[in-house]
Amino acid sequence: MDALTSTAVASRGRPRHWRLAAFARDRAAVLSAALLLVVVVACIAAPLITSVGPYAADDSLRYASPLTSGYLLGTDQQGRDELARLLWGGRVSLAVGVVPTLCASAIGLALGMAAGLARGLLDGIIMRTLDVLFAFPIVLFAIALAGAMTPGINTEIISITIVLIPYIGRLARTAAMEVAAMPYIEAARAAGGSPLEIARRYVFPNVLSPVLVYATTLMGLMIVVGSGLSFLGLGVQPPTADWGAMVADGRIVLNIAPHVTLIPGIAILAVSLAFNFLGDGLRDALDPRTGRRSRAA
Amino acid sequence: MFGVSVVVFLLMQLAPGDVATALLGPQATVAAKEALRHALGLDRPLPVQYGVWLTHAVRGDFGVSIATQEPVMDLVLPRFLNTLVLTFSSLLLAILIGYPVGIFAALRSQTVFDRGAMAVTLLLGSTPPYWLGLLLVLLFALRLHWLPVSGMYDIAGNGGLGDLLRHLILPAITTALGPAAIITRMVRASVRDALSRPHVRVARAKGLPRRRLLRRHVLRNALPPVITITGLQLGYLVGGALLTEVVFDWPGLGSLLYTSITARDLPVVQATTLLIGLCFVLANIVVDLINVLLDPRLQEG
Repeated sequence: MDALTSTAVASRGRPRHWRLAAFARDRAAVLSAALLLVVVVACIAAPLITSVGPYAADDSLRYASPLTSGYLLGTDQQGRDELARLLWGGRVSLAVGVVPTLCASAIGLALGMAAGLARGLLDGIIMRTLDVLFAFPIVLFAIALAGAMTPGINTEIISITIVLIPYIGRLARTAAMEVAAMPYIEAARAAGGSPLEIARRYVFPNVLSPVLVYATTLMGLMIVVGSGLSFLGLGVQPPTADWGAMVADGRIVLNIAPHVTLIPGIAILAVSLAFNFLGDGLRDALDPRTGRRSRAA
Repeated sequence: MFGVSVVVFLLMQLAPGDVATALLGPQATVAAKEALRHALGLDRPLPVQYGVWLTHAVRGDFGVSIATQEPVMDLVLPRFLNTLVLTFSSLLLAILIGYPVGIFAALRSQTVFDRGAMAVTLLLGSTPPYWLGLLLVLLFALRLHWLPVSGMYDIAGNGGLGDLLRHLILPAITTALGPAAIITRMVRASVRDALSRPHVRVARAKGLPRRRLLRRHVLRNALPPVITITGLQLGYLVGGALLTEVVFDWPGLGSLLYTSITARDLPVVQATTLLIGLCFVLANIVVDLINVLLDPRLQEG
């Protein structure tokens, strides 16, 4: 309690730069941000890093173990370069983790704010609809949605977006209702601000930070879920690389060439962990008042 | 529940491809397709189709599988039991790991044990479950030959309980570890929170024996949020089990869902999704009931 009060006082005293300082003090978060940056740059610069493409198969060198000359991470059952596939596949896996979370955040934020501020009938309609979507376990719903559409990266992105909207919508609604009860909102209303203007200038910035924190943590989770969809063959189709699909490829040759399974799995684990740490760091930096938030089940 | 059924029904309207074309083949005449569509009721408006589907579904009639021509219920029910076996053994395992470790970590706060447990749970929480399953297969089945790779019974085996348990170990561990990690963290946070409340300090000052203090004043207050999270994990477990079943060829709903999606066997997909969704809703209701029983304060609400 004492620590909380003192940070709250400190944040009032020195507004902006305090936030960056708090983030910089969290070593795990800074390291995670650095790791993610490296991964993103490496994936974007994939053609510059590897001379071989992700589909170029070398029949003479199948199941090469890591550190074989020319193939830093070895090759898979078709003699394709694991490093190249990892980097090219990272583009897909990162996109599947990040894009749907951003889309769902935007939609969830809008719906949640509308529900939290308007209350009444609109609130009822929006929240009951989200409750229904909420009733499905997240993985089942994503699988069922992806399964009902034609497999591919768009399907993956759309289904994960839909799955996430209720989670973010609920959070945004709670946050909006909390903010709406604040005295400064009443003051703004008394000063003659229109509801839209109040929502934009006073509510939105305060709802944005918890949503941003939650979204960062969700990105890590969604990389795991998205790769799960690819693992089942519901995401990108062969020969396109993707970390989940690579794990699935390796499953057949698990005994002869375990590295084909191990390497993409480690990539998923590392990136997902990094997003988690980053989310924790952001939470401490953006909002010292909130305690732990429970994770999406 | 009504909402769940609507979503499941609409989900299937998303499916690409025409059922009539799928059944009759590309050479079928337009008239034949029209006739079939009429016979299946597919030319009627959506709400009517939904009503017909729902009245059948309530009676346990989900139609006939497109792929195998068997009644869907006959396909789904035995699989459902197998999934329940896997899900509940995983839940049990997750609780058996999560509760003691979480309580112990909270009581020995900031020790090596606490920090170690938190690091491991963080790692497990981010691990893709299907990948973890493959690692376990690699280590315990392919390299050490201690346990079978996949399936539920040996083909040559007698199909007894021992055989089932041997096949159950790896999938159950795979499914349980992720939820176990989340439960551990939740139990730890909840117990720590309960320990810091004033009434615990008073009880301690009164000289209450440690054991009694823990049971009556700490755990009782720490339980409700923990039970809620455990119940939520049931949904996560079912989702995890779907993937684990595919990895281990466990003959449950997950592998059925997987093969039916690949085969575009819509009635089976509908029945499976609806069944799992209903279980999840049911689990949440049970959790609420348990919480009301534990905490009389909630009864007024």
